[in-house]
Amino acid sequence: MSAVIEGHHDDHHHGPAKGITRWLYTTNHKDIGSLYLWFSFIMLFIGGAMAMVIRAELFEPGSQIVSPEFYNQMVTNHGLIMVFGVIMPAFVGLANWLIPMQIGAPDMALPRLNNLSFWILPAAFGVLLATFFMEGGAPNFGWTFYAPLSTEYAPPTVTYFIFAVHIMGASSIMGSINVITTILNMRAPGMTLMKMPLFVWSWLITAYLLIAVMPVLAGAVTMMLMDIHFGTSFFKAGGGGDPVLFQHIFWFFGHPEVYIMILPAFGIVSHIIETFSRKPIFGYDSMVYAIASIALLSFVVWAHHMFTVGMPIAGELFFMYSTMLIAIPTGVKVFNWLSTMFKGSLTFETPMLFAIAFVALFTIGGLSGLMLAIAPADFQYHDTYFVVAHFHYVLVPGALFSIIAAVYYWLPKWTGYMYDEFMGKTHFWLSFVSVNLTFFPMHFVGLAGMPRRIPDYAMQFADYNMIVSVGAFLFGLSQLLFLYVVLKAIIYGKKATGQVWEGAKGLEWTLDSPPAYHTFETPPNLEAGEAKG
Amino acid sequence: MSSIKKSVSKLFLATIGMFLFGFALVPIYDVFCEITGLNGKVTGPTFSEYEDIGNREIKITFTTTNNNGMPWFFDSDRPQMKVKTGEQNLMSYVFTNTTDKPMIAQAIPSVSPGKGAQYFHKTECFCFEQQYLEPGESISIPLKFVIDPDLPADISSLALGYTLFDITKDQMMKQASN
Repeated sequence: MSAVIEGHHDDHHHGPAKGITRWLYTTNHKDIGSLYLWFSFIMLFIGGAMAMVIRAELFEPGSQIVSPEFYNQMVTNHGLIMVFGVIMPAFVGLANWLIPMQIGAPDMALPRLNNLSFWILPAAFGVLLATFFMEGGAPNFGWTFYAPLSTEYAPPTVTYFIFAVHIMGASSIMGSINVITTILNMRAPGMTLMKMPLFVWSWLITAYLLIAVMPVLAGAVTMMLMDIHFGTSFFKAGGGGDPVLFQHIFWFFGHPEVYIMILPAFGIVSHIIETFSRKPIFGYDSMVYAIASIALLSFVVWAHHMFTVGMPIAGELFFMYSTMLIAIPTGVKVFNWLSTMFKGSLTFETPMLFAIAFVALFTIGGLSGLMLAIAPADFQYHDTYFVVAHFHYVLVPGALFSIIAAVYYWLPKWTGYMYDEFMGKTHFWLSFVSVNLTFFPMHFVGLAGMPRRIPDYAMQFADYNMIVSVGAFLFGLSQLLFLYVVLKAIIYGKKATGQVWEGAKGLEWTLDSPPAYHTFETPPNLEAGEAKG
Repeated sequence: MSSIKKSVSKLFLATIGMFLFGFALVPIYDVFCEITGLNGKVTGPTFSEYEDIGNREIKITFTTTNNNGMPWFFDSDRPQMKVKTGEQNLMSYVFTNTTDKPMIAQAIPSVSPGKGAQYFHKTECFCFEQQYLEPGESISIPLKFVIDPDLPADISSLALGYTLFDITKDQMMKQASN
């Protein structure tokens, strides 16, 4: 069953190495977790700066700040960076920090692979961002890179983009193999699967999704590469291929991908809500089954992204109903979170505020998703700002808020220092107000027909777009405050206790804050403590 | 630590398997489209003598489109014709290379409504061949087709669209890599 660390090394009690080599050669899950989180934080500001350019251009109708070509590059790279450079690495960072500590393992199962899977990521994004300085400019075909936009009509830099995606995919796959192997083989004795903390469960399922779909994405970009350089015709209609095939392959990857970006958030929010409700999570088993069924359903709904390509009616109906089915397990989760809070002795520290905002605002994003799932209605909503509003509601106050909540919740554990509660709450309220100011009016302009991905718009959308832009600038600035809060905690923070939060339960809270460089070298005794997170 | 090795090799195989599955989606998609007539995809030439030729009159509309940047003249002799199910019909298309360079083109067909695609049988067709034309050269090529008498009763007209693609560059690239 569990593989306990065998064979002690001679250099038993070594700490981290000194200098830059500590980070370059590290195989320590805590170091690698921090690397991932900092990388994702930096990319958040790069991708965020691109969003600011987009919103500055859309502040008023007409073309004023950037050229339409550059606007397309901004939209494309904003999407790519936020998806592959912010949300995914942040979750992998959290997995690295938390999974070994939550299951009582000394480290990840494959520490060297872990180092590699992090260090190829900066290379991937270096390649992607370098395209801005090349002839033809950066990729400009949208983050979904539909063929033939991304093949026949693409700038020459598309080849760099393809290799960047390959590297990102390799990184995610290696990370996932590591996570699954760790969870399946290295749990402390007595921690059965159904006793695992929910964050670990959500990551186990996410890792399986990644292994199932990242190789398909790699296949799709490989086909693009061959179409562009080797004269094949996978997506070229002139050679007997089919551009619609690209969309099917892309969304076969793409839909599970959007759940990859939300399932770990479900795990995080479950931990935070139970801690600050001082009650165990309501319906632990149903939470696990809900995550698993959302993951399984994600493989049979992909064509709801392409209702307008001209599918037969039977296809439209199938994908419409299968999509709506996902609302059931998601609803189970939302009601479980509400039931956990019900009659709990609640306190509202910053992580809890972000977690509650997650539940409320993610549900709004889920409901607009249901509206989009209605195939006949989707013909109206397709490619409008309503879609932009929908996926930003699930990704920003959804995935991103859960990551921010996780940082506030576990930062005292990682660093040993408390953050400034007042500043944290200020950050929350600024983010909460500005995120709604940014994304809620997008529903209205979308329903009124404003198309996405276009650098200009009709006069009647001017007022709402100005509000959206103001909200976006405010949201961008609020995240600088977040950086300040994190740095202040690390530099000036008050010492945190081991348990940190009064209601916190789970193995990681039995360790010191900060935990020793190597923890759980002998597995914890679960019978004595409480394991269920 | 053999249990870890086992997990890793299983997951590694799964990764390879899913990569191959991504490529397998291409033929799966083609077969699926052929069965359902999705995208109006028409299969190769098939012909059989029909015992019951039916007696329905079907209106056929012929459309031609030049893909973005394709300068050739390309059109059918007539925009429309009425045909009887089960009978051989003939339509010819004119191709003219209006440029001063030799070019290779390929016409890609699509039948609409997609449900009717599998009942549109072409017995002789240029769509399976690449056209090479010298500068200024013009040719007329016949298309022979039969409408299957089994065509569903709710379909009374079909449209056959051709899109002409310039594949000169692709062909040259293929020759260069060979």
